[in-house]
Amino acid sequence: MGELRLMKGNEAIAEAAIRAGCDAYFGYPITPQSEIMEYLAAEEPHKRTGMVLLQAESELAAINMVYGAAGTGKKVMTTSSGPGISLKQEGISYIAGAELPCLVVNVMRGGPGLGTIQPSQSDYFQATKGGGHGDYHLLVLAPASVQEMSDFVPLAFDLAFKYRNPVMILSDGVIGQMMEKVELFEPRPRNTRFDQSWVTTGKTPDRERNVISSLDLDPARMERHNYDLQAKYLKMKDKEVRYEEIECDDAEYLLIAFGSASRICQKTVKLARQKGLKTGLLRPMTLFPFPEKIISKLAEKVKGILTVELNSGQMVEDVRLAVNGKVRVDFYGRMGGMIPTPDEVLKEIETKLTGG
Amino acid sequence: MNEEIIIAGFGGQGVLSMGKILAYSGILQDMEVTWMPSYGPEMRGGTANVTVILSDERISSPILNTFDTAILLNQQSLDKFEKSVKPGGLLIYDTNGITRHPARKDIEIYQVEAAAEAARMVTTKTFNMIVLGGYLKIKPFVKFENVVQGLWKSLPERHHKLIPLNEEAIKRGMEIVKKVS
Repeated sequence: MGELRLMKGNEAIAEAAIRAGCDAYFGYPITPQSEIMEYLAAEEPHKRTGMVLLQAESELAAINMVYGAAGTGKKVMTTSSGPGISLKQEGISYIAGAELPCLVVNVMRGGPGLGTIQPSQSDYFQATKGGGHGDYHLLVLAPASVQEMSDFVPLAFDLAFKYRNPVMILSDGVIGQMMEKVELFEPRPRNTRFDQSWVTTGKTPDRERNVISSLDLDPARMERHNYDLQAKYLKMKDKEVRYEEIECDDAEYLLIAFGSASRICQKTVKLARQKGLKTGLLRPMTLFPFPEKIISKLAEKVKGILTVELNSGQMVEDVRLAVNGKVRVDFYGRMGGMIPTPDEVLKEIETKLTGG
Repeated sequence: MNEEIIIAGFGGQGVLSMGKILAYSGILQDMEVTWMPSYGPEMRGGTANVTVILSDERISSPILNTFDTAILLNQQSLDKFEKSVKPGGLLIYDTNGITRHPARKDIEIYQVEAAAEAARMVTTKTFNMIVLGGYLKIKPFVKFENVVQGLWKSLPERHHKLIPLNEEAIKRGMEIVKKVS
């Protein structure tokens, strides 16, 4: 068994980054995720593993440092919250276009604009549908516990290098700020064993020079590049879907929620079953690729689905596409940093799904 | 075993660290624990609160609206959370500065005069440990020795010399907590 610690979600991400062999972190502070850089600064990762920690002058600088460093084949990351992630979108689009691996963490807060520092899941569209310009996707992981804040970091780096694609951990203020028991994984060496044939670390006589760019003025070549990207996303859909089913076997009513909302719904499942309502929960752990097949399958046997999010209804659109009219899909959400309680969600099941 | 606790009071009273020590102690007893603080504008001057859940099972929601135990350390918190105690649950409060006392008849109410007691100790910073002692006396889910261990783990080294004093404060709290209704 690994070392047990009581940690905030943000601290767990930072510790996991060092242990996962991250080479460099570039960031700029923002609530509710400032503990990530604070923890890293206190740990002095340059002394532990040689990892670089740099507070950039802005979010734009940070993401472009990530772009440059990722081009050398290093494991690099940045973290922020909604307002900062919006600033980083140009860089993220370039990184996706240039097919570079990196980790971007978004600890969501309520928006739009500067919004609030309280938790929210209102960046679902931004994370899963692109965010920046162009036809691209991030691979998006949605942790629901402090343990997953730690576990998803090495997973994210593995996936980023496997697909040469930016990976996002989409968390929120609840998971970032709360403390739970974490079992830390054994530290990995910093050097990666991934394919380094594409990196720009200086041409050697035995090969052609490597070029990293997201620009190609020839439309035919650009279309081919786009087809390649789409093929990669299809492969992710085939291989990387992750989810958790909680009491779905005999469920007549199905809740679908990710991240902190899924924790709330887990309690609602208990409360509903005490009242005799056979309720289950499907928790997507990857938001892109989205677990559409299992949702489609479950839609065939339940009487109704309620999607619960800390936003005005974003993931529910993907749920409806997966369900494709097979059963009624309702939505319940709170916005602007407000968080629903488990019995608030139970009331929604009772009024919307059971018709009672 | 599943114990859902809210601790609420003024920022600076040690509300969050009391919860943290409780959570540490829970881990030492192989429990699942969740510590969910308020981190909003109220924390920047004003009231602070933290939800702590100790459980033998995987913990579901860190966000709750009813609690087995409420430890309420100022008037605002008492006004806000008295109604959130589950029927048959426990409410602990310090009478210091309280003008409107809890009135519910379907819960157990205890007082711990921690502010007054802390004033008699070497430093009033022992306040939160006196309160914690009161709670541990009534609901000994976590053992005293594990709480002391929790203190060693959660306090920075420069404060380790204060641990004996904190131990004394916890014991004092255990002695002075009294049932009101």
